[in-house]
Amino acid sequence: MEKFLLKYFTLIRVIIAIAIGIVISIFLIYLISEEPGFSLKSFLLGPFLSRSRLAHVFETASPIIFCGLAIAVAFQAKQFNVGAEGSLYLGAALGTAFGVSTNMPAFIHIPLVLLMAGLAGAMWSFIPAILKARWQASELVSSLMLNYVAYFIGLYLINFHFRDKEAGFLVSYQLPESAWLAQFIPGTRIHYGIILALVFALLVYYFLYHTTTGYEIRITGFNERFARFGGISVFKVIILCQVILGFLAALGGMTEVMGIHRRFVWQNLGQPGYGWDGVIVAIIGRNHPLLIIPASFFLAYLRVGGRVLNLMSDVPAEMITVIQSIIILLITAEAFLSKWKYRITVRQAERGSTA
Amino acid sequence: MSPLLRSILSIEFGFAVFRVMTPLLFAAIGVSISNLAGTINISMEGTMLVSAFVGVLVSAFTESLVLALLAGVAAGVAMGAALSYFHLRLKADIILAAIALNLFATGITVFLLFLASGDKGSSSSLKSFVFPDLNIPLIKSIPVLGAIISGHNVMTYGAILAIVVFYIITFKTPLGLRIRAVGQNPNAAESVGINVNRTRMWALMLSGFFGAFGGLYLSMGYVSWFARDMTAGRGWIAIAAATLGGYMPLGTFLASLLFGAVNALAIYFASLQIPSELIALIPYLATVIALTIYSAQALKTRTRRVEEAKRVGKITEVTDVTEFKESS
Repeated sequence: MEKFLLKYFTLIRVIIAIAIGIVISIFLIYLISEEPGFSLKSFLLGPFLSRSRLAHVFETASPIIFCGLAIAVAFQAKQFNVGAEGSLYLGAALGTAFGVSTNMPAFIHIPLVLLMAGLAGAMWSFIPAILKARWQASELVSSLMLNYVAYFIGLYLINFHFRDKEAGFLVSYQLPESAWLAQFIPGTRIHYGIILALVFALLVYYFLYHTTTGYEIRITGFNERFARFGGISVFKVIILCQVILGFLAALGGMTEVMGIHRRFVWQNLGQPGYGWDGVIVAIIGRNHPLLIIPASFFLAYLRVGGRVLNLMSDVPAEMITVIQSIIILLITAEAFLSKWKYRITVRQAERGSTA
Repeated sequence: MSPLLRSILSIEFGFAVFRVMTPLLFAAIGVSISNLAGTINISMEGTMLVSAFVGVLVSAFTESLVLALLAGVAAGVAMGAALSYFHLRLKADIILAAIALNLFATGITVFLLFLASGDKGSSSSLKSFVFPDLNIPLIKSIPVLGAIISGHNVMTYGAILAIVVFYIITFKTPLGLRIRAVGQNPNAAESVGINVNRTRMWALMLSGFFGAFGGLYLSMGYVSWFARDMTAGRGWIAIAAATLGGYMPLGTFLASLLFGAVNALAIYFASLQIPSELIALIPYLATVIALTIYSAQALKTRTRRVEEAKRVGKITEVTDVTEFKESS
């Protein structure tokens, strides 16, 4: 039992942090709701209670997985680039622009639109990468500023050049059907984007843990000085991991456009906000590509639960944001539960020496 | 004269620069002081947001400006204390902890705003107060300059005063000396008996203290209500301004003035026939450019020092200039 605890300590810590978050949310609901029992039920069980809500969890998880993978690659190299939001927005906007202005058979159109979006996202995240690699400009600040710039450029592009004036809303023209990702479960909007997300999770896992370049990325994050002495080109790593980030994040946005909305619909800053969700799931999943998957589903579940809560009860959905932040704080706090681990380790060692 | 030039050279523009600069300056001072202690505070965005919200809420319910000010500042200090607790005591990565705190600020302000006013967008249904404008008797009568400098919100003068306070704390008090010592070399500071963690805790709390005023000005001076996410990236621009200013009082002031001017310029550009989206991105783009220029300069300086050190034989081989720090 204790050996098991030690081996999976990090994972157990994450689960305890999540449990504490849920307990706090239950407490909050009891504190402010007029009908706490009903509110609690809508929050925790709501996402499972109807087919469309359950489907919604899957739909929401798909772009979050992409963004989580994107952030994880950069964070593994200790590059705190939070530009997934900007790459997603601009990549999806440019991808949509390309999609609506071209017409070709689906089997070329789909990959080509995805590629265009991905390249646009990659090029966008190349900017903070080169600024960091060449001039040591903080990628954190520059990627954040560029998120705003990307948002305004994307908005300009859609509103002035690709706006569908017949739609009644500020949205782009609809993508031709050849660029749609099919929704494969009848009665839901679950689309092939989720399959693609899972495939990319495996690819990123293979890349990070089974290729030389992936190893270089991880070593650079682990100890940059050591990486340099070992002959790793840190310059290359800094650029590469952030370019991958932009590519993956843009795919997340583009698949959502191609699979659900079929046109570019995002008009507000922080909408859809998947870029930040990516940061959250990267932290919850400890930057591991395969753990990003359950983390993304968990976040999507919380999101849908929050939406149900908002709709059915008197508790605002922003409670979810508060809970998320508490969970992240507990997970990143290295000293949280470390005394417990220490005690177990000592007990194990003592038993080992007497036996 | 072109209409653009005319509007830039106008009195209104000069006035707007100070108005826009105020929250940036407060926040940039906050960022500077924690950076001097070697702890980067990127939770400034959240700190300002929480203070802006608490100020409005307290002024609406107590109808007292003084209480609102105290509560807002206390909230800012609490954010700094929370960051230092998670980073210094619980050993969380300071960047990730600060990201979480920013998230917390976004959520908790809207959450409580909804409970207090039934509205998730803004506090317009609450009757809150603003800090008064101040006319300076003598300066007011100076032509042109008087109209630019006088008549601002009292917080704008507070921001100028804050620069002086920042200077005094940093260079004229034992705490300031400790902060700088800890920032330059924590091990050396510890070896002479300075409590590194406690000093950093003070620096982060001071950071929250200054940032709080920036937030309070936003909701109780710049406008007279709280709106969700009303900081709109100012906390991040402040980080860039602080970096550009070299974390020093005068530099921080000048950098904030520059960003204020760029922001004000964006507002003025909007009157021309250019799509508003392309205007709105100017301050953010300018921040990236300024950050890069500053970083490139700093790198150049470091490289030159390494070359010099090599020449006089202080060090023989350096694999990377970024690792080189001056020993003196």
